[in-house]
Amino acid sequence: MTDDWKKEGKILALIVGVFLACFYLPVGAARFDNAVMESLHLVRWYAREHVLLCLIPAFFIAGAISVFISQASVMKYLGANAPKVLAYGVASVSGTILAVCSCTVLPLFTGIWRMGAGLGPATAFLYSGPAINVLAIVLTARVLGPELGIARAVGAVGFSVVIGLLMHLIFRREERERAVVQAAMPDAEVPRPLWQNAVYFALMVAILVFANWGKPAGESGLWFALYNAKWAVTAGCAVGLGVVLTLWFGLSWGKVALVALSTALLAMLFPDQPVLAFAAGSVGLSVATATSGGEMGEWFGVTWGFAKQILPLLLLGVLVAGALLGRPGQEGLIPNAWVAWAVGGNSLSANFLASLLGAFMYFATLTEVPIVQGLIGSGMGRGPALALLLAGPALSLPSMLVIYSVMGFKKTVVFCSLVVVLSTAAGMIFGAIAGA
Amino acid sequence: MKKIQILGTGCPKCKKLAENTETAAKELGVDYEMEKVTDLNAIMAFGVMMTPALAVDGVVKIVGKVPEPADIKKLLA
Repeated sequence: MTDDWKKEGKILALIVGVFLACFYLPVGAARFDNAVMESLHLVRWYAREHVLLCLIPAFFIAGAISVFISQASVMKYLGANAPKVLAYGVASVSGTILAVCSCTVLPLFTGIWRMGAGLGPATAFLYSGPAINVLAIVLTARVLGPELGIARAVGAVGFSVVIGLLMHLIFRREERERAVVQAAMPDAEVPRPLWQNAVYFALMVAILVFANWGKPAGESGLWFALYNAKWAVTAGCAVGLGVVLTLWFGLSWGKVALVALSTALLAMLFPDQPVLAFAAGSVGLSVATATSGGEMGEWFGVTWGFAKQILPLLLLGVLVAGALLGRPGQEGLIPNAWVAWAVGGNSLSANFLASLLGAFMYFATLTEVPIVQGLIGSGMGRGPALALLLAGPALSLPSMLVIYSVMGFKKTVVFCSLVVVLSTAAGMIFGAIAGA
Repeated sequence: MKKIQILGTGCPKCKKLAENTETAAKELGVDYEMEKVTDLNAIMAFGVMMTPALAVDGVVKIVGKVPEPADIKKLLA
């Protein structure tokens, strides 16, 4: 009986809570109404600017990485017998390939530590992995600008090696004892010539880059010429991709032809709105791969899995960021003055606070981007922005608890402190170089 | 009776592997007992680094992928 009461009690508490929130909803208060509008504006901006041209190609690329790049061959370098220098290097960049699904980061970290190359490379992977996943870098570069995108990638990789080495040094005496369990490796994939894979990825990346080529400031020069030609180049790469998929990846050319025709048709009917043709191409590719078996079907399955998992969370993140911080240049629920006071400029305290916030706050994949965008628009400095982008994905209160259950108290405290300190340092350096 | 263990910390991929494995086992009609292993230390004991993973009667058969029920059936037979 008591269990029933407890369960019903929780439901009652929830109903009362929601009722009170609705009862006291400050509708009509200027700041609240404005925040709601800002939230909706931001969501629409994301839907219009980023989802079709940027996120969808990025999902396909992430899916392709997951399916076509042999994780086993990367894991070789993180094994117990791998040369240490190589292990650190590979650990710091392999996040792009291995950590496409954020849930594998913790098991991989534990595995590399206990059965593989050791604590140093494992913590390097733990720090950089979540920060350099393909989707995060793409969206960061697109929304926050290429400087922050590159700084995030470079900072994550560079400082991960530092953190790994420091952890190894501090705990080297305990490192002696490690399990001799033979790690179970994923199956070796059927080898496709590396150059074919390279062309395939290059074409998809080119489509992503050119479809999103921004309008440069000047009216002349190479950048501007590329901007004018961007859709022609994108179309050319798309044709190339169709050919590659038919010749090397076994996609039936009938399906590819159908997709190409519908895309071309929309391009001709609506030449001023290339987004429509692009959408047709994306939908066509989805249908063509979804209805195929084998690798193409698997590629679609993984891509669709990412979309299902990430889009709802991103939507929620954008709504919250919009409500709290407003669009760039506008205010949400949180006054811009507060943000500027706390994390404006490039001072040590601003960077440190941003780093600390990032370490404790939980960010679902990609949600750190709209939140940082809102913060920058409300007055956060670029240095603290980078600090948050580096510390944010690596840690959160829930993940700290899991890391604690794996590594124990001392190592967890040292790791978290290193993350905060080094992210602060990275932020200050970037802020000084890029100008707050 | 086959002992089936799904190794993973509980993300969507692990759930999908569990579903596909159940489907495969039911289609084959084998007698089975399925267990979800979410504790990291236990997962390590299998020597698994990339989740999700599938172990049949204590032997790891799939690492880091979510195959279709048809492919899982071959491993359970």
